[in-house]
Amino acid sequence: MEIISTLPPELIRMVFAVIIIISFIFLNAIMMGYLERKIAGHVQRRPGPMEVGSHGILQLVVDGVKLVGKELLVPVNVDRTLFRLGPILSFTPVILPLLVIPFSEKLQARDLNLGLLFIVSMTSINVMAILVAGWGSNNKYSMFGAMRAVAQSIAYEIPILLSMLAVVLMANTFSLKEIVGAQQKIWFILLQPLAFIIYIISGVAETNRAPFDLPEAESELTAGFHTEYSGMGFSLFFLGEYTNMFTVASVATVLFLGGWHGPTLPYGEYLGIVWFFLKVYFLLFFMIMIRWTYPRVRFDQLLNFAWKYLVPFSLVNILITAVVIKL
Amino acid sequence: MRESQFQEPNRFFLNMGPQHPSTHGVLLVVLEMDGEYVLDPQPVLGFIHRMHEKMGESRPCQGFMPNTARMDYVCALPYNHGYVSLIERKAGIEVPKRAEYIRVITSELNRVASHLLWLGAYLLDLGAFTPILYGFDDREHILDILEDVTGSRLTYCYYRFGGVYRDIDDKFVEATRAFIKRLRKRYDIYEKLVTKNIIFIKRAENIGIISPDMAIRYGITGPNLRGSGIAYDIRKNEPYSVYPEFDFEVPVGERGDCLDRYMVRVREMEQSLRIVEQALDTLPDGPVRSKVPKKIKLAPGDCNFAVEAARGELSYYLVGDGTSVPYRLKIRVPSYSNLSCLPELGEGILLPDLVSIMGSLDLVIPEIDR
Amino acid sequence: MKRYFSDLFVGGKSLVDGLVVTLKALCQPMVTVQYPREEIDITPNFRGHIDLVLDPEKNTFRCIACGMCERSCPSECIQIKGKKVEGKKKKTLSLFTLDFTKCSLCGTCVEICPTQALEFSNEYNLAAFSREAFHYDILKRLEERII
Ligand code: SF4
Ligand code: SF4
Repeated sequence: MEIISTLPPELIRMVFAVIIIISFIFLNAIMMGYLERKIAGHVQRRPGPMEVGSHGILQLVVDGVKLVGKELLVPVNVDRTLFRLGPILSFTPVILPLLVIPFSEKLQARDLNLGLLFIVSMTSINVMAILVAGWGSNNKYSMFGAMRAVAQSIAYEIPILLSMLAVVLMANTFSLKEIVGAQQKIWFILLQPLAFIIYIISGVAETNRAPFDLPEAESELTAGFHTEYSGMGFSLFFLGEYTNMFTVASVATVLFLGGWHGPTLPYGEYLGIVWFFLKVYFLLFFMIMIRWTYPRVRFDQLLNFAWKYLVPFSLVNILITAVVIKL
Repeated sequence: MRESQFQEPNRFFLNMGPQHPSTHGVLLVVLEMDGEYVLDPQPVLGFIHRMHEKMGESRPCQGFMPNTARMDYVCALPYNHGYVSLIERKAGIEVPKRAEYIRVITSELNRVASHLLWLGAYLLDLGAFTPILYGFDDREHILDILEDVTGSRLTYCYYRFGGVYRDIDDKFVEATRAFIKRLRKRYDIYEKLVTKNIIFIKRAENIGIISPDMAIRYGITGPNLRGSGIAYDIRKNEPYSVYPEFDFEVPVGERGDCLDRYMVRVREMEQSLRIVEQALDTLPDGPVRSKVPKKIKLAPGDCNFAVEAARGELSYYLVGDGTSVPYRLKIRVPSYSNLSCLPELGEGILLPDLVSIMGSLDLVIPEIDR
Repeated sequence: MKRYFSDLFVGGKSLVDGLVVTLKALCQPMVTVQYPREEIDITPNFRGHIDLVLDPEKNTFRCIACGMCERSCPSECIQIKGKKVEGKKKKTLSLFTLDFTKCSLCGTCVEICPTQALEFSNEYNLAAFSREAFHYDILKRLEERII
């Protein structure tokens, strides 16, 4: 007890926040996995997981246990260091963005005044993980997946940044908390619909979700960059993917959907999180729906779309925003 | 493999298959690649060769009936049809009119089922997961209908020399009519979900163009040939059974790309439904099986019979030697020729396009490797 | 340039249309059944493996052990033995086995039988761990049904 009271309270707060966030990441992955399979099932007019627990609610828990229990298989000809590093790299950086996201007025681990840039830089480490995994696997299919991921991520980071910039111009700050604060009266989605659409499309591409799931494209590359992974290695990628989706959706909520704002609740400064989560999961639901609806785009079409449509449109959008603000 | 190309620094080989999600069975395609560009795809066949032809030559001709359904299990009834018609032609067996009508109805239903499955599988190749389950939903109704008369769901052995195994009843007629109605309603779903989808169009348009000349050179048949604009359909050009009595069109494409092949199949489903409808309307009464000698003697000499299977021209060629065991049985399956154009089609294209092309060719591997 | 924008709008609309289809499906009832819990009634015309017909009058099989089915089976999966019984002129059936792993369900045996002694069973829930489990003793199966 003595030691704890000597530690700076900020440190205790951070440790506490990190623990909560890590446990939330696992919970989120389990929930998302379940939701995804249920929604996929119902879209296809079948029930989805039904066996474990009521309506299969424990399915993902059981799957998780199974994955953890599996042998860590390292194929013979792989680069052992990189092969092991890949999943860890994909999992670690995804925790950090959640530290700066304001879930409600008072629920935020740390308010950085460059929060938005921090998130962008952290999420782009994810592509390193894919590259490392694909290269380390020493498998041609994995290599394809990795190369695609790099090109895709470079192409889509630009429209993401540009669409964020439009909001930043409006709110005049990089701090996520202040951006949400600026939406007290009107959500930015109404003022910046184009930026929102561009952000969502690029966000889906950034998280490598269908219809932009080229790095894993199972009908072309069997499983893409994680072809050689099994057990825990595979599940860390899986965790990384769902957490990335969550990050993308929560950034969208912060930037465009007014974060924690909503009809007033008691203890609003804490319970704003309810509105926040509702918005985030609505976006995630949308992302799941499109995965189960569309075919996959081709690689060059994906890049063409980014350079021909998204980048010019977001540039025009910024230009207009800047002019309007200046006036 | 050509030696010289090994030396080129950027080229490498990629084994696509024999267990790859988009080869639909145990087909190996050895790809010579440069980056993601495919330079030379070479299919390697024979992983599940089961010597069906030899089996046909080693037993009395009745005994080959179950084998016919196991070559192309997706669309088995036309295979039944071709074989029974071959033996009937060879041995001069008369078939009652009603039986021929039933054969046409069930064959066409089977063709629709096959196209539905193909549609889903093709979209699965392109990365859309949902259409295949909608396709299965519809196909399941056909299988239920066929199960009721044939007794099996996939590998039918329904036709018999001189007729069919079991007569159809009112329940069958009703169920079929109900199904036709249902499928026509469902077109809308497929159109919105697939046909009009911009991503799908972009993935299929101008990809894998088979020119009419090339199609003829490789002996491509079926929807793949018609997609290239040649209206060649055995049901029209070399009519067999009672097909001349029905009014139906042969849909053709223009460019010969994947999208055309897709459209041809989709429109063909509607034509098949029309045939079934007409056949149900004019279904004659009478027996469904004629008297056939227990031991069918196959007179010396050869005989050929071609039918239009879902994937193209299926033709049986038989040489008899006076016994009831065929001396030679040769089966010309459509997918084998359809696949043979892959090396030429797949030169210098991207890997995802190769997947799209292979999907659009509608390959059934057990049929190639029969 | 025109294509550039038409792709955008027509394409965008097609994507929304597609999403509407799946969203509608999301709200529609399921079409599958939960197999081991529920089962669909199978049509009586289903052709499972063969079985001997139980003659309601004689309360036994009709088979006269002529061996026609054994000889005509293309997959050679039927085995039949008949034995002489005192007091009867003809042989009676003493062994009837079916190797279901080889049977192609063609129906030849059922059709060729001169006494209509064979029928298709309606069983389709068949699974086992060993090959031998599918070597059925058809005669024993019939005897179990005799009351
Ligand atoms: S159904 Fe055909 S394969 Fe099976 S036992 Fe009878 S004759 Fe033999
Ligand atoms: S053909 Fe019929 S009667 Fe003859 S052995 Fe077979 S089951 Fe018995």
